[in-house]
Amino acid sequence: MSEIADKVKKIVVEHLGVEESKVTPEASFIDDLGADSLDTVELVMAFEEAFNVEIPEDAAEKITTVKDAIDYIEKQKAA
Amino acid sequence: MFRLDGKTALVTGASGGIGSAIAKTLHAQGARVVLSGTREAVIRELAEELGEGAFYAAANLSEPSEAATLIAKAEEVAGAPLDILVNNAGLTRDTLALRMKDEDWNQVLNVDLAAPFRLCRAAFKGMLRRRAGRIINIASVIGTTGNAGQANYAAAKAGMVGMSKSLAQEAGSRGVTVNVVAPGFIVTPMTDALPEAQKEKLLASIPLARLGKPEDVASAVLYLASDEAQWVTGTTLHVNGGMVMA
Repeated sequence: MSEIADKVKKIVVEHLGVEESKVTPEASFIDDLGADSLDTVELVMAFEEAFNVEIPEDAAEKITTVKDAIDYIEKQKAA
Repeated sequence: MFRLDGKTALVTGASGGIGSAIAKTLHAQGARVVLSGTREAVIRELAEELGEGAFYAAANLSEPSEAATLIAKAEEVAGAPLDILVNNAGLTRDTLALRMKDEDWNQVLNVDLAAPFRLCRAAFKGMLRRRAGRIINIASVIGTTGNAGQANYAAAKAGMVGMSKSLAQEAGSRGVTVNVVAPGFIVTPMTDALPEAQKEKLLASIPLARLGKPEDVASAVLYLASDEAQWVTGTTLHVNGGMVMA
């Protein structure tokens, strides 16, 4: 797993207070990890801060799973 | 009841009559209080007067960047995360609409509505994470009734009520409450200077037959800041002697 993926996972575990084993790439924040809409906004803000990237509103809306987050941040970092 | 021991509060506009009464009341109930205002000498003196557990952080809230960073500054001087935010700072630029310049409108909306929003937004970040917090926005009876010559001020204060209701809905699931205190006519040098006939007319419109004291407002703020008010959010507490029963 990439460094970015590790860090994303850690943020999700910390923020949502879920078991690390549940944070699989396919896991949906809302459906599988028990997040509400406010959690997802806070998660996006935590990603922005941790990775020093800006995630605009329309992109943030499409980040619904752990993999979505990792892919988006990896793309930003590669650019 | 209504003790605030271990809590940290920020009061904006703390150099004014109502703001300083709020700061004193919260401090007397055990809170660490950060006083904010534009006049640093005045808030420093007031903080010194209150003594231990009182701090100050000057800010010019007409500057968006200063409003955005005041929360962090307050937490730094108090050495603790913020539990209670009291948005009390405000100004007026009264004139009839025909003569009201865009500048008068914009300045009042910026300081009386946009700045409180910026402070709420900054405070939300920590409060939502900590699952606790109290925001009390100080509006005005004018936001409910309107007043000739105060289209800008009435719009800002009515806007504050709608904003607070929205924020209360956003933060409710995290145990953070957002409420409004809407004062009526409070004794100030301005009301003192009114001609006797006008004073009598004003008093006749107030069932409780006196002007308000800054402490009347401070007590309402204290209630909403306390643990006892944990099931109250999105509401407006009218403190006006019964002049307007909204």
